[in-house]
Amino acid sequence: MSEWKSRFRALAGHRLFWPVVVLAVMLLANTVYRPGFLAVQMRDGHLYGSLVDILRLSAPLILVALGMTLVISTGGIDLSVGSVCAISGAVACLYISKQPDQDSLGAMFTALAMALGLALVLGAWNGVLVAVIGIQPIIATLILMVAGRGLAQLITEGQIITINADPYRAIGLGHFLTLPLAIFIALGAALLIAAITRRSALGMIIESVGGNAEASRLAGIRSGRITFLVYVVSAACAAVAGFMITANVSSADGNTAGLWIELDAILAVVIGGTSLAGGRFFLSGTILGALIIQTLTTSVYAMSISPQTALLFKAVVVIAVCLINAPAFRAKLVRRKPGLPPADVSGDQRKERVPA
Amino acid sequence: MTATQLTIGRGPVRLPRRHIPVLATLALLLVMYGIGVSQYQAFSNIQVVFNVLIDNSFLLVVAVGMTFVILTGGIDLSVGSVVAMTAMVSASLLERGLPAGAVLPIALLIGPMLGFLMGCVIHFFDIQPFIATLAGMFFARGMCTFISGSSIPISDGFWTSMSQTRIGDPRGNFVSISVVIAFVVVAVAAYTLAYTRLGRNVYAIGGNQQSALLMGLPVGRTKIAVYTISGLCSAIGGILLSFYTLSGAPLIAVGMELDVIAAVVIGGTVLTGGSGYVFGTVLGVLVLGVIQTLITFDGSLNSWWTKIVIGGLLFAFILLQRLIGIRYK
Amino acid sequence: MTERHPVLTMTGISKAFPGVRALHDVDFRLFPGEVHALMGENGAGKSTLIKVLTGVYGIDSGTIILSGEPVSFRGPMQASAGGVSTVYQEVNLCANLSVAENIFIGREPRRFGAVWWGEMRRRARALLTRLDLDIDVNAPLASYSLAVQQMVAIARAIDVQARVLVLDEPTSSLDTGEVAQLFRIMRQLRDEGIAILFVTHFLDQVYGIADRITVLRNGSLVGEYTTAELSQLGLVEKMIGKELDVLERLDEQPKRELAVLERGTPFLDARELSRKGSVAPFSLTIHAGEVVGLAGLLGSGRTEVARLLFGADRADHGDLSVDGRGTTLRNPVGAIAQGIGFCSENRRLEGIVGELTVRENIILALQAARGWLRPVARRRQDELVDKYVKALSIRPANPEIPVANLSGGNQQKVLLARWLITEPRLLILDEPTRGIDVGAKAEIQKLVVELSDGGMAVLFISAELEEVLRLSHKVAVMRDRTLVSELTNDESVDSDRIMQTIASGAGEERATT
Repeated sequence: MSEWKSRFRALAGHRLFWPVVVLAVMLLANTVYRPGFLAVQMRDGHLYGSLVDILRLSAPLILVALGMTLVISTGGIDLSVGSVCAISGAVACLYISKQPDQDSLGAMFTALAMALGLALVLGAWNGVLVAVIGIQPIIATLILMVAGRGLAQLITEGQIITINADPYRAIGLGHFLTLPLAIFIALGAALLIAAITRRSALGMIIESVGGNAEASRLAGIRSGRITFLVYVVSAACAAVAGFMITANVSSADGNTAGLWIELDAILAVVIGGTSLAGGRFFLSGTILGALIIQTLTTSVYAMSISPQTALLFKAVVVIAVCLINAPAFRAKLVRRKPGLPPADVSGDQRKERVPA
Repeated sequence: MTATQLTIGRGPVRLPRRHIPVLATLALLLVMYGIGVSQYQAFSNIQVVFNVLIDNSFLLVVAVGMTFVILTGGIDLSVGSVVAMTAMVSASLLERGLPAGAVLPIALLIGPMLGFLMGCVIHFFDIQPFIATLAGMFFARGMCTFISGSSIPISDGFWTSMSQTRIGDPRGNFVSISVVIAFVVVAVAAYTLAYTRLGRNVYAIGGNQQSALLMGLPVGRTKIAVYTISGLCSAIGGILLSFYTLSGAPLIAVGMELDVIAAVVIGGTVLTGGSGYVFGTVLGVLVLGVIQTLITFDGSLNSWWTKIVIGGLLFAFILLQRLIGIRYK
Repeated sequence: MTERHPVLTMTGISKAFPGVRALHDVDFRLFPGEVHALMGENGAGKSTLIKVLTGVYGIDSGTIILSGEPVSFRGPMQASAGGVSTVYQEVNLCANLSVAENIFIGREPRRFGAVWWGEMRRRARALLTRLDLDIDVNAPLASYSLAVQQMVAIARAIDVQARVLVLDEPTSSLDTGEVAQLFRIMRQLRDEGIAILFVTHFLDQVYGIADRITVLRNGSLVGEYTTAELSQLGLVEKMIGKELDVLERLDEQPKRELAVLERGTPFLDARELSRKGSVAPFSLTIHAGEVVGLAGLLGSGRTEVARLLFGADRADHGDLSVDGRGTTLRNPVGAIAQGIGFCSENRRLEGIVGELTVRENIILALQAARGWLRPVARRRQDELVDKYVKALSIRPANPEIPVANLSGGNQQKVLLARWLITEPRLLILDEPTRGIDVGAKAEIQKLVVELSDGGMAVLFISAELEEVLRLSHKVAVMRDRTLVSELTNDESVDSDRIMQTIASGAGEERATT
C-alpha cells in the first residue's frame, strides 16, 4: 500500500505528469461530449479527424514555443514573435503576389529565403538589445512587438495580401505520407532543435547561462553569444510559423497574423515545466503544452462556444497548471516536512556547517 | 575629518538623475507640439490639445494604475481586457434596465476584485505577474464575449449626459467630463504615491523587495493593493470609454496594455521598478496622443506609422534610461 | 562592570537543523554600554545565535530575557520594536529612496494622515548629526558609498530607541578610514548606554573596539572573556580549538626550496597591474609548481587581484605576461585559453550552477573551452567525472543529482574538479576552505600540495593565516587594496609577522582617531 503510494508520488512528481493528465482529461471530455471525436478517417489518401486537425493547427504554436523555450531557458523572454510571424508572412506573400507565376517553386523559395533572412535580422536586433546593450529582455522585445506590427502593416500597406500559390499553400495545408505537411515541419523543427541542443553541448550551456549567468561567465562561457543566438533562433522559428499561418489562409494580414501567439507560446513553455526564471528547459513539455492549448481551443470550437469565450477556459487552465507547478502552492498544500529551516537559509548556505 | 571625506561620494551632476527621463519626455512633447504648430495652421488651435485629452482620458486613467504596478517592478497585462469587460458589463446591465446608480458601483467593483485576486495569486503563490495577469487578461476578455458576442449600445440618460456635457470657455473650446475625472484620478494617484505610506512602500518594493521585507514593510499587502489599484483604474477607464463610445464592445481595447506600458515607460518610469512619477505618465500619454494627432494631420502617413514611431520612442527612452544608469539593483 | 544587570541574557539556547546541530546549550549576556564581540569560525553558530535572538529562527530550548522580561520575537520587525535592532553585512536598504526616507520608512512622521516630509528631513538631519554624518538627506541613498549607506542603516536601527544593536559583520566592505568612522559612532552609542553585539572576522577590530568577547565553536559556548584578559593568540586558539592539531598533523612535510622553484621564466608575471577603484598597481610572479599565498583581511583586495589575473575584471594599467609572452586578459575565456583556472570565493553566486547536475557542473569549464559545437563525449564525461568524484571523495557519489543538493564542502570539491579536468597550469583558489568542515578542509589542503608537487602553479587566497602559511612557498600580503609585501615562507615567517604586516599602518591610523 505504502509502496503504491510512494510510486504514485514519484509519478505525480514528474514534471510532465500534470500536463499529461490535463491533456488526457480534455481529450476524454471531448470524447464524452462527441463520441466520434477520436475517430480518424482515410479520404483521398489523407487522414482526417479532430486529432489530426489538432496536430495540424498546433504546428505554428509548437514552432514558436520551441524557440521561446530556448529564450526562456536563458532567463529571457521574447514578446516579439507574433510581430515577426506577421512580418515574415507579409514579406513572403508580398513577394509571391508580385510574381507572374505564383505557382513557381523558385519564387516560393526566394520568398521564403527573403522572409527568413529578414526574420534573422529582427532576431539579431533583439539579441543585440539584450546581449550587448543589456536591456531587460521583456522590455527589449516589447519594442519590436509594438513596432513590428506597424512594420508588417507597412509592408502590406494596410491591405490583406491574397495570393494564389499552390506550393506556398502546401506549407499550411499540404499533405505528406497521409498526414498534413505542417505536422512534419513542426516535428522536423522539434527534432532539429532537440538534436542541436542535446547532441551538442548547446543545451547544457544555455541552461547554465539561465541557471547562473555570472558563474557561467567565470567558467569561460561566452554567455553574450549564447543569448544572442537564442533570440535569432526564436525569430527563425517565428518566421516559419508565420509562413504556416499565412499559408493556411493564403493571405497575409499584418494586423492579425500571429496576434497573441507570443502569449500562447509562453504559456506552452510554462505548462511544459520550463521555469520563467531560466535554467532547465524541456522541449517535450513545451510541445505537450502547445497541444494542450490547441486542444482547448479546438474543443471549445467543437462545443460551438465562441473563440473569445474560449479564453475563459484558457484562463482557468493557465492558473490551474501554473499553481500546480508553483513550489509555493505545493508547499502550502503539503506541509509534511517539519523541522526544515526557513526558506531563507538557502541564501546563507555558505555559512552553514554541513557534514561533508 | 573622515566625516567630510565621506560626503564626497556624490557626483557633480546638478540635475537629479532620476528627473532626466521625465524632463526628456517633456522636451519631446514640446518639440512635437512645436513641429505641429509650425507645420499645420490648425494645430495651434487650443482645441487640438483639448481633443488629445478627450480622446485619451481613459488611457490616462489606466496608465496611472499601471504606473503603480510598474513602480513595484511588476506588470499588468489584464488592463485592456478589464477596460472592455467593465464597458460590456455596464452596457449589458443598462440594457436590462438597471438604473445608472446601481450599474456604476457594480461595474467599478469588478475590476478591483479581479486585480485583488491576481495580486493574491502573485503574492501567495509566487506566480510571476506576467503569467498571473495574462490569465486575468484571458478571463476578462472571455467574459466580454460571454456577456455578448456583439456590441451593445448605451442609451441611458446619465451616460449620454456624461458623454455630451462640455466644459468649456466662451470661445467654444471645451473638454469632456471624462477629462476632469481623469485629472482627479491623476491628482489622487500623485498624492497617494508621494504622501501616503502605501505610496512610499510601492517605491521601496520597486527599489529592493528583499530590503523592504527586512525593513518590516508590508510587502505582500502593498503588492496586492497595487494590482487592486490597477484593476480599479482599469474599471474607471472602462467607464470613461463607455462614456466616450456610448457602447460596450467585446473586442474594444484589444492590445491597449501595450499602449499603456509604452506610455508609462516613455513617461520615465523604469520598468524594473522603484523610479518614476505619475506626472511622467501624464506626459507619456500626451506624447502618444500628439503622435496620433500629428499623423492624422499629416494625412499622407498611415495609421501604422503610429506603432512604428511608438516603438522607436520606446527604444530611445529605454536606451536613455540605460545610458544614465538608472539601475539601483 | 559586572555589578550592573545585563540588558540581555540568553540561557541554554539550543537550535538544530536537520543533520546539523547549529547551537547547543549556549549562554550569552550583554550589558548596557558595552561593545561585545561574538567570535568564532565560519559555522561556529554566530549567525544562528543572532537569528535566534532577532526571531528569524525559533529556538528548540533555552530562554531569552531582555530587560528582565522573557521574550520570543517572531521576526526582525518585532525584535526591533522590542528594542533589538540589527544591521547586516549587506546593506538592506532601498537605494532608490532618499537617505531620510530610508531611515524612517515604515514609521514616517505623519500629519493629517499624510507623510510629513519636512519633519522627516528635520529628524533625519538631527539623527545624522548625532552620528556626525554630514550628508544631504534628500539625496537618493544610491549616490553615497557603501560605508555611508552602512551608517544610514545604523541610523535607522538606533532611531527605534534600540537598547541592543546587533552589527553582523558590518565592516567587511569598508576601508580603514570608514571602519574608523564606524568605530567612532559605535563608541558614541556605547557611551549613550546602548549595548552593541558586534560580529566580525577581523581580530584587530575586536581589540580596537570590543570590551568583552564571547567565543563560540561548533555551536557550543567556549567562554566569555574581557578583551583585556584574552590575548590575540589566546582568542585564535579558543576559536580554532582542536582543529589546529588536526591540521598540523596533516602535513609536516618539508617544503621545496623557493630558490629552486623560482628558476626560469615565471608562468605568470604581472607588472604594475591595476584597476581603478579596485586594486592599486601590484607586481607578482608565480612559477610552475609554486604555491603563492595571498594574505590580507577580507576586502583588502585579494579577490580583486585574483579577478584581474583571471580576466574576470579588466586591468586599466600594467603588463601581464604568461609563459614569458605579453598578453592582455579581456575576459575569463582568454585566461582559460592561457591555462588559468579560478574558483571564486562566492560559491553560490559565482561558482556552481545549482540546477545542473554534478556531472554537468564538473565538465562546464572544459566544455566551454571546447565550444558548444564540440561536445565532450558522454563516455569521456563519465570517466572524467567518475575519476574526480572518487579522487576528491565527493559525496554523495551520484553525479546525476543537482549540485544544489550537495553540502558546501562538496560543492567546493565539484568546483575544484571543474578546473582540474581542464588541466590548468595556474589555479587560483579564492577562499576554497571557507565555511566547510574540517575533514573537507584537510582534503582540499592536501590536494593543493599534491597539485603543486605535480607542477601546477597555485594562487591560494585565504583569511586563515595558518592555512596560507602551511601551504605557500611565498606569501603576498594585501592591505587596503595594495600589495604591501612579499615574504618568502621560511622559518622567519609566522602568522604574527604576517599579521604585523597586515596591521602596520592601519593600527597607527586608528590610534589617532
